[in-house]
Amino acid sequence: MTIKKAAALATALSLSTMTAQAGTLEDVQARGELNCVVTTGLAGFAAPDENGRWEGFDVSFCRAVAAAVLGDGEKVKFVPSTGKTRFTLLNSGEGDILFRNTTETMSRDADLKLTFLPVNYYDGQGFLVRKDLGVNSAMELDGASICIQTGTTTELNLADFFRANNMNYEPVNIETNEEGIANYSGNRCDVYTTDASGLASTRAALDDPSAHVILPEIISKEPLGGAVRHGDDQWADIGKWVVNAIIIAEELGVNKGNLDAMCGSAGDNPSINRLCGTEGDMGSMIGLDAKWAVRAIGVGGNYAELFDAHVGPDTPLALARGLNASWRDGGILYAAPIR
Amino acid sequence: MTGMVTSRKGISLSRTWNDKETRSVIIQIVAICLILGFFAYIIRNAYINLEAIGKGFSYNFLWQPSSYDINQHFIEYTSRSSHFRAMMVGILNTLLVAVCGIALATLLGFILGVLRLSRNWLTNKLAYVYIEYVRNVPVLLHILLVYGVIVHSLPVPKQAISLNEGAFLTNRGFFMPAPVFETLFWIVPMLILAGIGFMMWFRKHARRVQDETGHHYPVFWIGLGVMAGIPIVAYFILGAPITWDIPELKGFNFKGGMVIRPEFIALWLALSCYTAAFIGEIVRAGIVAVDYGQTEAASALGLKRNRVLNLVVIPQALRIIVPPLTSQYLNLTKNSSLAIAIGYMDILATIGGISLNQTGREMECMIIVLLLYLALSLMISAVMNWYNNRIKLVER
Repeated sequence: MTIKKAAALATALSLSTMTAQAGTLEDVQARGELNCVVTTGLAGFAAPDENGRWEGFDVSFCRAVAAAVLGDGEKVKFVPSTGKTRFTLLNSGEGDILFRNTTETMSRDADLKLTFLPVNYYDGQGFLVRKDLGVNSAMELDGASICIQTGTTTELNLADFFRANNMNYEPVNIETNEEGIANYSGNRCDVYTTDASGLASTRAALDDPSAHVILPEIISKEPLGGAVRHGDDQWADIGKWVVNAIIIAEELGVNKGNLDAMCGSAGDNPSINRLCGTEGDMGSMIGLDAKWAVRAIGVGGNYAELFDAHVGPDTPLALARGLNASWRDGGILYAAPIR
Repeated sequence: MTGMVTSRKGISLSRTWNDKETRSVIIQIVAICLILGFFAYIIRNAYINLEAIGKGFSYNFLWQPSSYDINQHFIEYTSRSSHFRAMMVGILNTLLVAVCGIALATLLGFILGVLRLSRNWLTNKLAYVYIEYVRNVPVLLHILLVYGVIVHSLPVPKQAISLNEGAFLTNRGFFMPAPVFETLFWIVPMLILAGIGFMMWFRKHARRVQDETGHHYPVFWIGLGVMAGIPIVAYFILGAPITWDIPELKGFNFKGGMVIRPEFIALWLALSCYTAAFIGEIVRAGIVAVDYGQTEAASALGLKRNRVLNLVVIPQALRIIVPPLTSQYLNLTKNSSLAIAIGYMDILATIGGISLNQTGREMECMIIVLLLYLALSLMISAVMNWYNNRIKLVER
């Protein structure tokens, strides 16, 4: 009896080792739910609202992928992660895809075995300080205590920046953005550093945002984008083209409001037709149906709409488009064409 | 394992099974096979999965620059130092909080244990309430509480509470003057070492004299004089060869001097107070377990009250106290890994945290962390077992 039980257990265990490497699409469709790795909470990018519903810029990309793959942008399970746990969660299969203000770097791409999706936010590292300190430049920060999230590229940039400028600082290591806010508002540190977009989000969450200022220096390049595991090219293609479709929709003037009208039937513009799936056979190339992009855009709209809704000038974050404007408007947002 | 008959002598399987000793051997062999099989399975699983995502197993990253900074380091460390060096910094930080924590927890624990036995109703109940409260709340909450109190209630450096000349209390830590030793100073520690050496000999000598003649030397006072008195006198004769580096407020923070950071203070106090509650109960149990007749018998022999305690009660109580005390020391050391919650840079935060994350070498780093904690725990056990053997009942 016991031996039989043990044998059954052993068989069950050995079956569970066969984690599927390829076929993420099939896994997700079979499960009927997309597991999307996001932050533990960064207002504007990914955070639960007062009703517990996840909202934000990164969250919208998760929902867009879910809509393209499963036909419903609500079928997402959000997997909150810290800067330290995010890649482990993705690589261990807890998450299918990651949208977590994550900087694309060579070592993450090649050594951590990630495949990065197109950049969805061009960012750079900045410094947040109290106005009453009278600091006007990052070059005046010699000797400051600086709160920094562990396991991030910002941690490394910070060390490099102070070393290159021959300045000293006291790093105060924290795990999540909430801890960072607590330590910064408790004055454990003079400065909070992370990506400028994250600083805008943090500043908006402070008691009196106007008492704090983001210094002008941007000390690094932080191209933020989604990522998937190495080894499943089809799944990476799906993520890549969902992001591209959202960017292209803005270029072509397709938005949530006119989506039905523009995509209802084939029109005169072949680019729009290919995006809408009314011409060509784009969907089947990535294992989806023809309307994949329509559903993805239908969740929150095109890139401009997502930006304005979550992080743009009319939100508490009040971020300008800047580098993230379309290439036609002087930015560097430039997606490969769907054809 | 069918009912196969193995020989003409008629030793059947069922008969073998009914033999108590053979059965126990079979069960043990099966158990060992299952355990080995389990580990083989785990290792194979890890190997297959690492292979599947194309990751090798290598410790070369240890010699690459770590590229991150650590605020508290007792050895030279910059962001250009290797991951290995970052690990050493982490080990020293863990050791520091473990050693300081064990010292304070033992002190507090013995006081609590004695207070619990007090006949004074109030002190007894206060100690009781303290112990019940502290040991029934998770230690992580204690750590976060102490840290929160320090960071949010103490002032920023510009409004620092000045305690004494050159000592400041702020929410960035406790700043105090750092001693700078001049060359002549090193005579003082030499004298202390010599004093310890002398006393090791003198204690044996005193015991021999007492055994032979009954004459009792005041060993404690002579020891204090030799090990502390002479070095102190020498220190002043040499002209107090220490200067002090006094912290000064410059820009954002104090510069110079020494600092004990809030992360260390929070972790140290929380771990000590938490573990002290357990040690208090162990001490109480140990003392209560010594039969009161022992005290009465010793008193009847004419021994003074403090000698009754020192010669009769405490040696017997220690035999009961030390083994569970060892477990508490191990718990404290392992609980110090909760440092990660408040950003104290211990083993888990350095090699098992930032290094792991920046290099993506989860398996390698976690193996190192496991082995380090194992080694630390075994070291503590070894020391405590040695002490336990020294004080245990000598059977004659």
